[in-house]
Amino acid sequence: MSPPLVDLPTTIALCLIVPFAGMLALILVGRWPNVRETVTLLTAGTLTVLVYSLVGPVLDGLRPALTLWEVVPGVPLAFEVEPLGMIFAMIASLLWIVTTVYAIGYMRGNKEHAQTRFYACFAVAILSAIGIAFAGNLLTLFLFYELMTVSTFPLVTHTGTDEARRSGRIYLGILMGTSIGLQLVAIVGCWVLAGSLDFVPGGLLAGKAEGWPVLILFALFVFGIGKAAVMPFHRWLPAAMVAPTPVSALLHAVAVVKAGVFSVVKVVVYVFGLDLLNATPATGWIAAAAGFTVLSASFVALRQDNLKRRLAYSTISQLSYIVLAAAILAPLSVVGAALHIMAHAFGKITLFFAAGSIYTAAHKTKVSELHGIGWKMPWTMGAFAIGSLSMIGLPPTVGFVSKWFMLSGAYDAQAWAAIAVLFASTVLNAAYFLPIVYHAFAHRAVPGGHGYSGTHGLDAADRAFAVVRPGESVALPVQEYPDAHDHGEAPLPIVLALTFTAAGCVVLFLFPDTFLALAEQLVGGGP
Amino acid sequence: MLETVLGLYNYWIVILLMMAGFYTVIARGNLAKKIIGLNIFQTSVFLLYISMGYVEGGTAPIVDPDGADLYTNPLPSVLILTAIVVGVATTALGLALVVRIRESYGTLEEDEILEIEDRRDGEA
Amino acid sequence: MIPSLNASTVLVQNLPALQVVLPLFAAPLCLFMRPPRLAWLFALAVAGATFAIAVVLTGTVQQVGAFSYEMGGWAAPWGIEYVIDPLDTLMLCLVTGIALLVLIYAGPSVEAEIPRRLIPQFYVLYLLCLTGLLGMVATGDVFNLFVFLEISSLSSYALVAMGRDPRALTAAYRYLILGSLGATFYVIGIGLLYMMTGTLNMEDLARRLPEVADTRTISVAIAFLAVGLSLKLALFPLHKWLPGAYTHAPSVVTAFLAATATKVAVYVLVRIFFTVLGPIEAFQTLPVAVHETQVVSFLAIVAMLSGSAVAIFQPNLKRLFAYSSIAQIGYMMLGISMVSVTGMTAGLVHMVNHAMMKGVVFMALGAIVLRVGRPRIERLDGIGYRMPVTFAAFLIAALSLIGVPGTVGFISKLYLIKAALADQHWIMAAAVVVSSCLAIIYIWRILEVAYMRSPPADAPKVREAPLVMLVPLCALALANVYFGLDTRYTVGLADSAAEFILNYQPDAGPAFEHPLFDGGAHGQAGETSGQGGGHE
Repeated sequence: MSPPLVDLPTTIALCLIVPFAGMLALILVGRWPNVRETVTLLTAGTLTVLVYSLVGPVLDGLRPALTLWEVVPGVPLAFEVEPLGMIFAMIASLLWIVTTVYAIGYMRGNKEHAQTRFYACFAVAILSAIGIAFAGNLLTLFLFYELMTVSTFPLVTHTGTDEARRSGRIYLGILMGTSIGLQLVAIVGCWVLAGSLDFVPGGLLAGKAEGWPVLILFALFVFGIGKAAVMPFHRWLPAAMVAPTPVSALLHAVAVVKAGVFSVVKVVVYVFGLDLLNATPATGWIAAAAGFTVLSASFVALRQDNLKRRLAYSTISQLSYIVLAAAILAPLSVVGAALHIMAHAFGKITLFFAAGSIYTAAHKTKVSELHGIGWKMPWTMGAFAIGSLSMIGLPPTVGFVSKWFMLSGAYDAQAWAAIAVLFASTVLNAAYFLPIVYHAFAHRAVPGGHGYSGTHGLDAADRAFAVVRPGESVALPVQEYPDAHDHGEAPLPIVLALTFTAAGCVVLFLFPDTFLALAEQLVGGGP
Repeated sequence: MLETVLGLYNYWIVILLMMAGFYTVIARGNLAKKIIGLNIFQTSVFLLYISMGYVEGGTAPIVDPDGADLYTNPLPSVLILTAIVVGVATTALGLALVVRIRESYGTLEEDEILEIEDRRDGEA
Repeated sequence: MIPSLNASTVLVQNLPALQVVLPLFAAPLCLFMRPPRLAWLFALAVAGATFAIAVVLTGTVQQVGAFSYEMGGWAAPWGIEYVIDPLDTLMLCLVTGIALLVLIYAGPSVEAEIPRRLIPQFYVLYLLCLTGLLGMVATGDVFNLFVFLEISSLSSYALVAMGRDPRALTAAYRYLILGSLGATFYVIGIGLLYMMTGTLNMEDLARRLPEVADTRTISVAIAFLAVGLSLKLALFPLHKWLPGAYTHAPSVVTAFLAATATKVAVYVLVRIFFTVLGPIEAFQTLPVAVHETQVVSFLAIVAMLSGSAVAIFQPNLKRLFAYSSIAQIGYMMLGISMVSVTGMTAGLVHMVNHAMMKGVVFMALGAIVLRVGRPRIERLDGIGYRMPVTFAAFLIAALSLIGVPGTVGFISKLYLIKAALADQHWIMAAAVVVSSCLAIIYIWRILEVAYMRSPPADAPKVREAPLVMLVPLCALALANVYFGLDTRYTVGLADSAAEFILNYQPDAGPAFEHPLFDGGAHGQAGETSGQGGGHE
């Protein structure tokens, strides 16, 4: 590899400065949409190049680090790039570009208001994702974790409707409540026990604590990292679906939720260490909570007619895969967890892109309205099919790879219950995704038929999801577009974006080497 | 027992005054009477200080070249001079407030004032 | 005690006196300043000078350690001694810094809220209040402290009464009654201490108290001091004066009092209970409320929970944040009541941090009062877009109140929870957390209204606040972030102050025998302790 242009600590600093500068520039040029979107793309591109320039050194076993000043005595603001963070940062930055392309199509196609605020908050959200990924200690992690909560709030409530406000309340209440109520206590607990907050390979608490304090801290972390959406703290995610689709796609399939599970895996590996948790009794209950979330969220997803809501519950279920895999505490399952962060990101963002594409082109939000849509939007629904396969965990998609590792890890650890959960949820996944794909391609569109039953008989939440712009009536997609089925494919940027991510699902199945190498380093494999 | 009652009579007076004043401040509804209660309360503290500075058989603490060797302690008196000034200032300010309250509410009874305030809150 | 200072020593040695005397003498001069703006500029200059003095004092103390100043050249304990130690410098910087920022901000706000002819008097009272607060911090004499306490209290009663609403009068009255009761309780307490020791000098008291610690007189004194000071610092359930006073006082006064007055009262409590009464561990002997939870911890917890809970239901923002202040005082007292270095550090850090947060909050509310009128929540639809800078500052302070990392509030909570967990006070840690979650609710109600509702169509056009108000507001808001990310000064100072306070032992020093009255004072002390014994 050619020598880098700047040294590694500077690169880390730049990874944080670039999105921030991007945000400032966005606010300055907000008046001119073309310039603004160019700036966004440039920022995302620069960030991605910077992040990927770190991959080589990390694969070579280096741990680039940057330590700023001490915030409180003994606990500095510090960054250190390790394999797991590398994976997360790679996904977040790459998918930011894709999402930006998509968002340009979506926001213009739907004539959304306050687009400058939208892009600016997006940049801050990505900044915090990078901050979380590269955080060198719990304090830094927590700082960016909360920054992400605050910066995504305006995105979730972008539409400004009453429904958005209500959802915003749930979103913020749960995310901030759990983080301050539980996670902060856990962090301080670590600080008291270990005297430091650094991430240490092998576990910060290893040898410094044992028994029930470890169990309590572990529970506080798993539930306190509300972004991982382990039940009962999952309700913010469906609530957040009022956001415009690009937000749901990047933030609630990639950045925010992955920040949650990433933090969980990171805490398991670097704060507790697998050995310590294995030696602690009753950690199985944590895994049980995750397993319960996997299954019950799948059941709820089955019953959702609103497409984005179904995706949201699917996300909850998939996130708990990762928590479950980490809580199995076998090295292979941790590798699986790390890979699933990546696999689920590509798969779920594809699905959300498809949902947004359907909304933009056909103004449809319901599963029951999608009969025959595959023939009008072949690219969209093709991508949707690939994304679904990845969710279920079938080859030739990347979901298979991660699920394979999780299952082998569970097998190694003799965690039969976990294996049963994984299999059961695979069936459930298939049950709620495949019919969509099947109906989309099985029928030719039925004019005025099944999909156009109007809005009566829907529950209030579903109706609200149909409202995306303030001042427009709920029934608008149906009544003002009686010929809505005469639509074609979505705008080009949208199609480009979802094709790219769908292709990613397949390509990463064929060539998972980089991510696999990084994930294996996490548990001590590789250099 | 008798010694406790009689020998410490000065403290009993202080306590009596203190309680009377305190009760007036708390229980009275009339704002002016509360101020009077506060005054009684403060006065009892003045007495407490003065009586503890007194030394039995001592004279006024003015250095007298020929003779007296037992003086009362002058420091409490000095302190209480200051405290009296503070007390006067508090009373003056309190009474000034009472006058202004009377001007704007037309009453000095606490419950009536509260009623008026509640009504205004309702209107606001 | 007096360090060997070089050339500029004369000035430096007199700084402790100058710190207090300067605003005292400058205050009446404001009366002669016409037009009112001149009074403002003059007060501003004085506040600037006091701040400069505080900074120099801090530097000096860091170089040479604590030092003392003898008023009028009379040696302690007969003369009044001023002692400046690390904790004092922290408080002096805090009070003068806030006073300066609030004064910069005061100009337009005072002109809008206070009748023109009263403006010079307003600045007189403001400077007097500042004098009182600084005096309480600087003095080393418990009775002198009472005098300054009353100077600051009397002027703040009058300041509160300057509010436009007639309810300001009743609020000031209530404040006066309860404040005077508190001060009188304090006087009774120190009177009883004097009865037993014959001295009013803090260090001397600390030296002599252990001999007589077990008498009933001292126990009664401790009780009176605790109640009196708790009234002054508005510890639940003695907080009744605070919401009304904060709500109806002029905005500038609320900002100033909320950020300094209760903080100084907390300081006095720490000073009295941990240095003067420190050697006899008076604080630790306060009664137990529930199980082994000491009464102060218990009240602090109740204050935190009830203050935050009541705040949720307030439509008037000034009243809302007044109740929030009660809760925050609970945090401070909770930290202090743990009687550990971490706990004390947490309490002191929160004292400083809370001054920054509430300073911003009430200054922002003042700007809103200036532009919108009464700060009721239903009138603030879309205010975040109508007054973007003001509300951005408010947003930072609000997040700080919740305890979002990157703000000072987070540092406070971090240390509070750390102190609670380290000593295994599970309930205290839980209370901090629950109260923070309640804060999310009351803060978010406001932010939602401010940012997520569009202003009503017929709403009057609202301009951003004038620049002279925005500058101090933003400066303090940025301080919220800066000290949330770099705690060398705040935590560093609080930590050394906590260390100093908790390990305080009076210097052996010369026994201050007075040639003339020692027999009298001592005889008196002996006599009364004899009488105290007679009760038992």
